[in-house]
Amino acid sequence: MSDTIKTSDLDKAFRDEVLTEPGAEKLILCFNCTGCTAGCTMAEHEPNYNIRQLLRMANLGMRDELLNHPYLWNCTTCYKCQERCPQGVPNVDILLKIRTMAVHSGIMLDNHRKVAQLMAKTGHAVPINDDNKEKRKKLGMNELPETVHNYPDALEEVHKIVRITEFDKLTEAQS
Amino acid sequence: MSELSFFLGCIAPNRYPGIEKATKIVMEELGVHLLELKGASCCPAPGVFRSFDKLTWLALASRNVVLSEEMGVDLLTVCNGCFGSLVDANNTLKEDEQLRSDVNKVLAEVGHEFKGTIRVRHIMEYLYDDVGVEKVKESIKYPVDLKVAVHYGCHLIKPSKERHLGSIENPTFFDELVEATGAESVMYKDKNACCGAGGGVRTSALETALKLARAKLEHAKAAGVDCIVDACPFCHLQMDVGQTEIAKKFGDVFNMPIVHYSQLLGLGMGYTPQELGIDMNYVKNDDFIAKIEKIGGGK
Repeated sequence: MSDTIKTSDLDKAFRDEVLTEPGAEKLILCFNCTGCTAGCTMAEHEPNYNIRQLLRMANLGMRDELLNHPYLWNCTTCYKCQERCPQGVPNVDILLKIRTMAVHSGIMLDNHRKVAQLMAKTGHAVPINDDNKEKRKKLGMNELPETVHNYPDALEEVHKIVRITEFDKLTEAQS
Repeated sequence: MSELSFFLGCIAPNRYPGIEKATKIVMEELGVHLLELKGASCCPAPGVFRSFDKLTWLALASRNVVLSEEMGVDLLTVCNGCFGSLVDANNTLKEDEQLRSDVNKVLAEVGHEFKGTIRVRHIMEYLYDDVGVEKVKESIKYPVDLKVAVHYGCHLIKPSKERHLGSIENPTFFDELVEATGAESVMYKDKNACCGAGGGVRTSALETALKLARAKLEHAKAAGVDCIVDACPFCHLQMDVGQTEIAKKFGDVFNMPIVHYSQLLGLGMGYTPQELGIDMNYVKNDDFIAKIEKIGGGK
């Protein structure tokens, strides 16, 4: 049996930061009806994913457990729980805020880092490839779409934005 | 003739170009001229990029919106994910002065300013509200005699506070637009369930994401449909490419054709599956292609 969490281990500042997300103050109104988890499509297929538990942990200020939680990234953001919550808790918005705090603490899944770098470099999370250039030609379309792919100046704007917001540094490969 | 900018996103132009082409064809037939949104980028994807850094997400999303503002037209997307990003960012910046000021500081560095002058539209709600079911029905030359499982997906209708599209538990507008083509929208179990791709789950936990897709495919198959119709290239990829991955990982074979609504509409207007790129899916189902080739034939 694992040790009980001590109140002295709880991080109130963490909870306060989570609650800065617009609407997140409603988290304290949760009366544990369990509707969010009972109706969760992800939980049906991955029972270890429990959004109610994650949000209750946030309310308690269990920072380290949450930021490193193995199922923090299982929400597909379908928003069903957020729509159904009788107390109006913006579950998904709060979860995304916690994820942001994880990423800004240097905790990021490898595949997410890769897709972030790909977007920062090419302007597309899913860039064109040879196979699809062929498909486009076969359909009588230009090989490249009229996106950043075809406009280097526009891509430079994207590069500049990710430099200004330091998204490039945030998502760069860890040494 | 109405004009809108056409925001392509990533997956339509770069994985399913047939969806891009079909959309241009069917909107022109309906009297809606789509203008190229030159230099647009990834929306960027709402679940992942918003998770990573909210300011970057808002700045890149608003840059895409601003490109359309500068053209003086509303923006159209054929993807639920792009709709999620762009509608949420557009509404957030219209309402939150502080965030708008933060984002405009970033945009000023690349010569743009968010003014909040346009609407972001998804093809399904645009067709329903602005074009109308009757006009869609009138555009059909060859009724599409198919049994269809409609997949709304998530970000088309949720979060509802940013959408105003009616019931999120039992929406009907997509079904009405499908039936306007002559197809029959068949009820199936957990119809409104998520495909499993969003939120970065497909990227980071593929096997789990595929379990959600497999359930959708099982339920659609049990209802005896000819195909699944969606309005999101990411759901499309998850259910189409996903079938090849499900076959490898779990051994289940569905051979389920996945069709975007633009492509379904194109069939009813008399375009061939080849012109609409329906035959370019990763799952090859020759029987289905032969069946839909009989609908209208080439023009």
